[in-house]
Amino acid sequence: MLSHLDKLEAESIYIIREVAAVCEKPVMLYSIGKDSSVMLHLALKAFYPEQPPFPFLHIDTTWKFHDMIAFRDRIAKKHHLTMLTYTNQDGIKRGINPFDHGAAYTDIMKTQALKQALKKYQFTAAFGGGRRDEEKSRAKERIFSFRNEAQIWDPKNQRPEMWKLYNPRIKKGESMRIFPISNWTEKDIWQYIKRENIEIVPLYFAKVRPIIRRDGMIIMVDDDRLKLRPGEKITQEKVRFRTLGCYPLTGGFVSEADTLDKIITETLQAVTSERASRAIDKDSIGSMERRKREGYF
Amino acid sequence: MSGLLKFITCGSVDDGKSTLIGHILYDAKLLYADQEKTLELESQAGSRGGKLDYALLLDGLLAEHEQGITIDVAYRYFTTNHRSFIVADTPGHEEYTRNMAVGASFAELAVILVDAAKGVLVQTRRHARICHLMGIKYFIFAVNKMDIIDYDETKFKKILQQINELVTQIGLNNVTIIPLSATEGDNVTTKSTNMPWYNGQPLLGKLENIKINETVSADFYMPVQRVCRPDQTFRGFQGQCESGELHDGDQVTIMPSGETATVRAIYNAGTLTDHTVAGQAVTIALSREVDISRGCIISKNLSASPTKLLTADILWMDDEPLQLNHEYVFQLGTSTTIAVIKQINYQTDVNDGSQQSVSLLNKNELASCDILLSNKTVAALFTVYPALGSFILVDRLSNMTAACGIIKNLQTADSVNYNFIYNDIKISADLFDEYYYNMRDMKIARTTKERAVFTLDDELPLRGKTYNYPSAVDIIALPERAAIQVRHNKIKTILPIDRYSYDELYNVPLLDSRGFAINVHSQYDFNRFYSEYQINKKSADFWNKWIDCTKWRHILFNDNYWII
Repeated sequence: MLSHLDKLEAESIYIIREVAAVCEKPVMLYSIGKDSSVMLHLALKAFYPEQPPFPFLHIDTTWKFHDMIAFRDRIAKKHHLTMLTYTNQDGIKRGINPFDHGAAYTDIMKTQALKQALKKYQFTAAFGGGRRDEEKSRAKERIFSFRNEAQIWDPKNQRPEMWKLYNPRIKKGESMRIFPISNWTEKDIWQYIKRENIEIVPLYFAKVRPIIRRDGMIIMVDDDRLKLRPGEKITQEKVRFRTLGCYPLTGGFVSEADTLDKIITETLQAVTSERASRAIDKDSIGSMERRKREGYF
Repeated sequence: MSGLLKFITCGSVDDGKSTLIGHILYDAKLLYADQEKTLELESQAGSRGGKLDYALLLDGLLAEHEQGITIDVAYRYFTTNHRSFIVADTPGHEEYTRNMAVGASFAELAVILVDAAKGVLVQTRRHARICHLMGIKYFIFAVNKMDIIDYDETKFKKILQQINELVTQIGLNNVTIIPLSATEGDNVTTKSTNMPWYNGQPLLGKLENIKINETVSADFYMPVQRVCRPDQTFRGFQGQCESGELHDGDQVTIMPSGETATVRAIYNAGTLTDHTVAGQAVTIALSREVDISRGCIISKNLSASPTKLLTADILWMDDEPLQLNHEYVFQLGTSTTIAVIKQINYQTDVNDGSQQSVSLLNKNELASCDILLSNKTVAALFTVYPALGSFILVDRLSNMTAACGIIKNLQTADSVNYNFIYNDIKISADLFDEYYYNMRDMKIARTTKERAVFTLDDELPLRGKTYNYPSAVDIIALPERAAIQVRHNKIKTILPIDRYSYDELYNVPLLDSRGFAINVHSQYDFNRFYSEYQINKKSADFWNKWIDCTKWRHILFNDNYWII
């Protein structure tokens, strides 16, 4: 009898192998977060003793935590991965940034950048680390999720997905988003990271870090691009992050959890859901679905 | 902990499926503070006028909020002190039945809601049938909205009777029936004081305690997903072990080729091991070079065989209706081929289960069909090997997943007693035997070749040493009361004789199953011939009148004793 984690692992590996076997040009999106770390680990296991037969892609907004970029480069080297990175240069030229442009920043530097990158490399299938327990519109998404030629998701007309018979068929210009860890919960992710001893970015562990408090969020001062508003003061506090993204948009919280065990205990007792720490999800009801329909992962 | 339980909630629209699950999550304190806050916020703007609307916890799509309905299946994950659950909350509208079926394909147990005020509806019956079709073995009927009928036991018993009739009709086992109220919380997570006459457990308690017996076959098989070839020295076959177990050194059979080899190494999820069990994602290396690619099956003691023709129960899911003889992509296990639906045997009425003869199948309808594959595919009955007995059909133009189905009957090459086989029709025929005049004993002898089995679409060996049949011909198998229509050397149809009619347009010649010509040139002739046959089949006069033995056949001299 397989354990719950064993079953999840086998299901994800099956999905990853299916994509490698039937999709023409797959890529694995790599966001550097814990879910990406688990996905990478699963991909390495799925094909062993072969290397994963597809490249990895990181959409770099240029605002990620510095620790994340260092981690990405080290991991890519360690596992001999083909790590592609892509930045929306047009957005850089126009000076798009998370402070002044709000929702437009996410659209231009993440959604549009991703679409541009997938188009540039002509990828027909992109793995994403989305989990159904994260958010309500994700809870409705298929594992093989179809995107039309404009890379748009049509939630009202998804292909039926029965048993584990995934329908990978697309026409030219259309693509698939694949979510191999759809059925994992945040707790599963942490327990698997512990069981498999998977490396994750140190920002997940509590440590004394320079922070400011803004609009009810704890923001880490990762570089001097963060301009202090009147009355704001940098303090040193022991904080950690539950999700990782662009540092000005990722809220940390005060925590003593500096080991995996402590993180797991804290996660089990948590009173807020994971995405509550992300500024971009709070804008409006259904905001995630809107972004996804437009092409956000 | 009793292990993970995957279940679905289904039933008619407005029976309160999403509300029920929402209430479980809320009651069992399985919500995060921010989710609770969002719930309160959204309830104010929602379709229930400010009252806490538990359904909002599940209906995640904007269109669902606008319409106050569930469109697509939502998966929720929760853990109580006793068990972990994944629940697929499915839509009740007929329009979205296929999304409900998606949830059913994934679940071990179905919670079917019945509105206490309305009783068992068509959609309740449809969902129960689809759950049964998709292989669910455990059922809980939740009679919801008991508050509306004042928690009345007599009214409940009437519904109980309706449910029991349905259960008997479909043939469901392992059925529990619980009266509850999802909005008020009666018998949801705690036993209701409003219904002292109900002695059973509340829903959550039942879900926590129910034992699921997985009846998995002990025969090992693994459909090959891909070949792993990192370098010249290693060649491994990757896939998921579907049942049974496999050890280092075991002998395996590759299907469909039937070749055998010995297991040299097993990797479970990338780690070298000495055996594998059902459920694991493995890589298997063999002792010798065998031709194996995606779609092959690595097996041990498997009683499945390659087949081209199968009978299946299907659920049609595409907006475009089913088209007979139209080519669809057929996906089963890891194999993909082209299939045509040759015949709809009957459509099952979702309401009363009756079987109806139809020529067309529309979205959300259930039917039994005969499906012909372009390549021999290793398949099995769904009840024996689920992963080799379930399939989808994909439209080749739109790429839409058009249908899903489970295999109920296979027509395989094992049935060598019959030369022609299709559905219930099995025909033994001698028309490919050769006739020789044996010079040693001066007798005419007939040689039986190795018997082959033919079915629809198969090409026939119409030219032999002592026979030469036309490429378009109708073979009348009199003993079996069936006809085989051959066009362009291939079998076009096999049908009972009472449905056969003579092809007056092309005057296609007739043979009997010995290969002798039947002197029939019109439907009128045929009717006379067949009615005389039924009366006089033992009279030589009858045969001499109607049969010409030499039209397509002749006799060869033979001096080699041994070939006879």
